[in-house]
Amino acid sequence: MTRPGAAEFAAHEGEVVVASSILYRIAVFDTPLLSLTVDGRPVQSRQGESVLAAMLTNGDHVRRHENGGEPRGGFCLMGACQDCWVWIGPGERGRACTTFVADGMQISTSPDPHFD
Amino acid sequence: MECRSRLLQTPTLTRIVIVGAGPAGIAAAELLSRASVEVTLIDEALHPGGQYHRAPAPGLKLDMRRLLGAGYAAYETFHKDAAALCAKVDYRPGTLAWSVHGGAVHLASRRSTQALGFDALVLATGATDRIMPAPGWTLPGVFTLGGAQALLKDQGCLIGRRVVVCGSSPLLYLAAVQYLRAGGEVAAVIDTTRFADKLRALPDMLAAPSVLSSGLRHMVELKRREVRIVHGATIDAFEGEGRVAAVLCTLPNAAPLRIACDAVAYGHGLRPETQLAELAGCALRYDAVQRNHVPDTDLEGRAGQGIYVAGDGGTIGGGQAAAVSGSLAAAAVLRDLGLSAIDIDLAARRRLLQRLRRFQRGLATAFRWPSERAVLLDDAVILCRCENVTFGEVRAAMDQQGDTAEVNRIKTASRCGMGRCQGRFCGAGLAEVVAASARPSDRERDRLRVQAPIKPLPIALAMDVSP
Repeated sequence: MTRPGAAEFAAHEGEVVVASSILYRIAVFDTPLLSLTVDGRPVQSRQGESVLAAMLTNGDHVRRHENGGEPRGGFCLMGACQDCWVWIGPGERGRACTTFVADGMQISTSPDPHFD
Repeated sequence: MECRSRLLQTPTLTRIVIVGAGPAGIAAAELLSRASVEVTLIDEALHPGGQYHRAPAPGLKLDMRRLLGAGYAAYETFHKDAAALCAKVDYRPGTLAWSVHGGAVHLASRRSTQALGFDALVLATGATDRIMPAPGWTLPGVFTLGGAQALLKDQGCLIGRRVVVCGSSPLLYLAAVQYLRAGGEVAAVIDTTRFADKLRALPDMLAAPSVLSSGLRHMVELKRREVRIVHGATIDAFEGEGRVAAVLCTLPNAAPLRIACDAVAYGHGLRPETQLAELAGCALRYDAVQRNHVPDTDLEGRAGQGIYVAGDGGTIGGGQAAAVSGSLAAAAVLRDLGLSAIDIDLAARRRLLQRLRRFQRGLATAFRWPSERAVLLDDAVILCRCENVTFGEVRAAMDQQGDTAEVNRIKTASRCGMGRCQGRFCGAGLAEVVAASARPSDRERDRLRVQAPIKPLPIALAMDVSP
């Protein structure tokens, strides 16, 4: 299928596209590479990327709901709905969509047992 | 010496605080920066632009000229002006204004808090998407329409590879065009307003012919690229196991349609962020055309003693109207404080704002808020996504309260609107459920009351901020 414009927005060559990811990156960051973990799993990211973009280009949810346990993936993407609330260990919680990645960040999709 | 003279001067200067660095806040700051007042510009984001002029995060290689097309010139001018301005005024990015009380605006940044006094406060807080819930709207992959655009511009990501854009908003067409330009696939645009209603709105929409024609250009671009567009459909459900996989919709007198996708951009127009205005003591009124509660202001944005509201945080009007109302509010501030007026053509700006408001009335008809859905949706559908409260639970609370039912009592009884978003995304639907009940409806009253802080604060700051 032809996608006019796709070439101009091509992501890194050889980039691994995660099959279960939600988001589809069409422009890359020209910034230092950073390493973080999501539920203990290593994830590579780049400075300037939001925690939500890092999580959803590598997976299909950002948290599980406290009551139902069903997955949530964020909703408003502009810091208003608080649906993308994640646990950024140790000891911090925040919105994935308005928090930016930092090297060594440890993110949990469910409550951190050492906090909360 | 320089420091010393600044210290001596500061207390004598009039301090104007502006909240929000989108088109309204920047226009207000620009005008005020030319007067001898101290301007403090507070913004939650790290960079100016708001949602309307949202810019890529630093280091993101995104071709905005290509993405925005004809809209690029306005974007470029805005950011050039905003960068120069932010260097000139007391600009505080990454700062949440979480309350207004005791004559001060209360601020929180990542590691500190401050109560900042002001002589005048300009609230340019913007808007978020208005949402009518639908079955499956909490599934991962279903995002707001504004969010789908924000993510693309700020992070260089599409919400999915094959996207359905749906709801009722002129932004449906803009978002679909931007997704195509960025190399995405748009499975369909599902507009819940009938085409006949759009034609009916034409006379009002002709008040702003350039905005109208840019909207029509987007529709033509979508047609040319053979994107399926349906008008007057009902969104029946978002389907999927663990994430969205299809949108189910119905056209009048036709069999249901299932459109496969891996993401959905969904919205029914915008609702203003009125929380700070309400905390500042401004009166709110129900706008029956836009079907939103808005701060009660005059055309220049005067909302109370020393409080001014500009842009979509007051009346939804779009980016151009926001900039005009920002400069009108700034001129009103200067006049009310008895400071020297700035040489701009206020009468022309008032006329332009009135024309743009008339255009918005047209948009409210052309892109209807589907209030009737609140009555038709099944009991099992989630209304409050923070607390997982269903329409059925809200209706049960209504039955119990009978004639005394009103949104804040329903909130207490059902927990609908009690979650972290403070009713930003369930409030509009909840108001329709309550308004449709048997008891006499009072739209002025059917509004969830705000509470400070207007957004959650980091726990580490909590000890700092007790009022």
